[in-house]
Amino acid sequence: MITLTINGEQHELDIPDDMPLLWAIRDVVGMKGTKFGCGIAQCGACTVHLNGAATRSCVTPVSAAAQGEITTIEAMAEDAVGSKVQQAWLDLGVAQCGYCQGGQIMNATALLKRSPQPDTQEIVDAMAGNLCRCGTYNRILAAIERAADKEASS
Amino acid sequence: MSQSDDKLLLANVSRRGLLKGFAGGTALLLAARWDLGVANEMAQFGAGAMPGGWVDDPNVFIRIGADGEVTIINNRAEMGQGIRTSLVMVAADELGADWDRVRAEQADANQEKYGNQNTDGSRSMRHWYDPMRRAAAAARLMLEQAAANQWNVPVHEVRADIHKVVHPATGRELGYGELAQAARSLDVPGREALVLKSDSELRFIGKESGYINGELKSAYPKAIDGEDIVTGKAVFGADIDLEDTVYAVVARPPVYGAKVKSVDDTEALKVPGVQKVIPIEGTGQPAGFSPLGGVAVVATNTWAAMQGRRALDIEWDLEAAGNNAGYTSEAYRKSLEKAAQSPGQVIRQTGDVEAALGDADQRVSATYYMPHMAQAPMEPPVAVVVVTGDGAEAWAPVQNPRATREGIAGALGLDKEQVTVHQTLLGGGFGRKSKPDFVTEAAIVAKAMQGQPVKLQWSREDDIHHAFFHAVSVDHLEAGLDADGKATSWRHRTLSPSIASLFAPDPKHKQEFEFGMGFNTMPFAIPAISLENPPAPAHVRIGWFRSVYNLPHAWAIQSFAHELAVAAGRDHRDYALELLGPPRRIDNLTVGDGWNYGENPDLYPIDIGRLRRVIERATEEAGWGREMPEGRGLGLAFHHSFVSYTAIVFDVEVDDAGELTIHRADIAFDCGPQANPERIRAQMEGSCVMGIGIALQSEVTFEDGVAQQGNFDKYLIPRMPNAPREVRVHLIDNPGDAMGGVGEPGLPPVAPALCNAIFAATGKRIRRLPVGDQLS
Repeated sequence: MITLTINGEQHELDIPDDMPLLWAIRDVVGMKGTKFGCGIAQCGACTVHLNGAATRSCVTPVSAAAQGEITTIEAMAEDAVGSKVQQAWLDLGVAQCGYCQGGQIMNATALLKRSPQPDTQEIVDAMAGNLCRCGTYNRILAAIERAADKEASS
Repeated sequence: MSQSDDKLLLANVSRRGLLKGFAGGTALLLAARWDLGVANEMAQFGAGAMPGGWVDDPNVFIRIGADGEVTIINNRAEMGQGIRTSLVMVAADELGADWDRVRAEQADANQEKYGNQNTDGSRSMRHWYDPMRRAAAAARLMLEQAAANQWNVPVHEVRADIHKVVHPATGRELGYGELAQAARSLDVPGREALVLKSDSELRFIGKESGYINGELKSAYPKAIDGEDIVTGKAVFGADIDLEDTVYAVVARPPVYGAKVKSVDDTEALKVPGVQKVIPIEGTGQPAGFSPLGGVAVVATNTWAAMQGRRALDIEWDLEAAGNNAGYTSEAYRKSLEKAAQSPGQVIRQTGDVEAALGDADQRVSATYYMPHMAQAPMEPPVAVVVVTGDGAEAWAPVQNPRATREGIAGALGLDKEQVTVHQTLLGGGFGRKSKPDFVTEAAIVAKAMQGQPVKLQWSREDDIHHAFFHAVSVDHLEAGLDADGKATSWRHRTLSPSIASLFAPDPKHKQEFEFGMGFNTMPFAIPAISLENPPAPAHVRIGWFRSVYNLPHAWAIQSFAHELAVAAGRDHRDYALELLGPPRRIDNLTVGDGWNYGENPDLYPIDIGRLRRVIERATEEAGWGREMPEGRGLGLAFHHSFVSYTAIVFDVEVDDAGELTIHRADIAFDCGPQANPERIRAQMEGSCVMGIGIALQSEVTFEDGVAQQGNFDKYLIPRMPNAPREVRVHLIDNPGDAMGGVGEPGLPPVAPALCNAIFAATGKRIRRLPVGDQLS
């Protein structure tokens, strides 16, 4: 049995040690906000926070996640930084299809938590692992800068 | 409230049509004929010519609850183009609804009820703008009538305000919710009674809002699914959660047309969670929308199913694939380049190209290559299907709900009426999800699982290995220039496998609609022209990828036009405008194009003036002609497709190591009337990024019929560092022409514009895509 602590709640799951966290979250716990895009940590759609750090859940075995605090997109509305990021996303109309955006928001939130006033290059480097096939990168960048500004002025 | 005939605005009829005094009347006559149920067969063009036609019945699309909540049905697939917001917004604007009290509901597959639902070809807004405005105007009239009835006053004394009807004479008001039930029981007014809102009365349609070129302007109507997307609540195909769901993945033949020879599932069945292994019958070439076949593994979760698939021992019959099993990209490219040296089937001919080339002062010749690509939407194909004794129910991210329903019915031997298809949000489509093979697969597995819902998930490797590939192409061009550098002759031979090979025995030649995507419709005024199509066989499943054959045609034509300017020693923009000739409208039929994206050539001719205007606007905004430092340059390309007009200028820099920096993109776009400018900008921005990937990175190659790329480590698509530092979209204000497409026309000119900029910066000409490491 593996116990996963997701958004503060404990889940005891009868799953193999090597099941990627992504599938435990989606198929076993039943939380659908975290998405499958590639399975090899190339797209970032599966991004969660593990002890606050942006983590690709598709390549993280549940055994590695069991000791930590897992946070998913579903918790961002209650998060001081996450909610600012979400609002910036809405203000600028970032999303097109929306499939990658949960992962983008999780990655951006982790960035702003560790580096509240990133410069453009830092943002671009931090977000390079999150693919968006619709090509919304320019607005993602602007939204992160907007959220950082709001954070600075609050 | 007065009614006047001249306020009956059929918004999608061009001013020219009305001035002719003909089109407006014709549209009314056609409407009357449709009332008699006579003729979608009689409609030759546009929305009426699409299977299912159009519907403008308010009772179909608009529902108002007693609490005032307005539900607007969306019958188009939402795949990021924003139609679920834009079309609902059009209806809400015309209805006079408070946007905060509007919700959208997705239509199930039912073209008899909802009209055409097949979402591709960049036609959702131009086909549905008028019907949705009419439906909403009819609903508004019914609400007004209901209020007038309740107050016992003539209907011309009342008027709809926002979410309520008012009687100004007495100050009385009734909310839409209070009126809804009474309104619903009234007859739907005839089209002749409808009065659409004037431009000054509109709150949303055509209004610039949102994020524009780096600045946030006024708040726009909130995106319908915006909140859900940023909170992780938006429901995509794999998010459908039914009790007792089992999960399936499929091992598919590695070569197109191959079959399963034998399968040993002993080890697979031992994997914890794996319940069943089910063979799926496949269709060889041509596969159409049918599954490729293979072996399905069913398990209690996706991971277990994937592990089970890894443990399958399958022997493939590659002989069934014929010479697809020998298909190797490098050799194929060489064979096309060789075939391009010989004449091909003539598609269009003017003057005597051979003589003109012979007489030319200067001859320029180039061969261009664009590889196979995979659409690779971020959401891989996935479907949930449950099959019971009564029939089948499916949830899937599909662009074509009718084809989905028919595919399931056909595969399971059901009547269409026994099949329900619910359309989820699509995590990207780009043409991949027009093909419902992945839902048919799920239905076949679901039938074997007798009542248990089956969620059939494609991995990314499945998606890229087994795509409906963008067709590989070679385009060979030759031109002759006179002593002044003017083009006297133009010969273009295009070779690529046809989409027709998906549906029929391989014709080895492109079809009319494929030529109509920028080949036939090549816009230059050159006295001697020969457009030819030598044969090219198909060895993989070919399908449509956002903007389809416009991609290779624009790639070649726009690159070559620049090569001519360079050969003539002329400025590219000036030379391009000369090649185009003066503003004029070209009837598609005169260039041999009878397709014109399904639209009436009278309403949608090839308008050289509009093409000139986007070139002028993009180059002006980009500061064309300014002094550029060493290693930096501007590149231009332009293209007419999906009855819209696009021009793009890139400002790029290439350093000594061959590192490319894209400083800025200036995009000028003319789609005629703009329903939701904010989403049009978003489509241009997104197309720009996708096109950069087409130019620089994206390629699927084959060896012995097997795709060599399977995931984003090898199949490269753009990331944030690849996006331009700045993208500026300039929308041409042109309400007088008929509405054009938006989803695709931004894409074709991007790759040639970028490579033209690279030439301007470095003197290096790219003729073979992707650029890859050609700059270092």
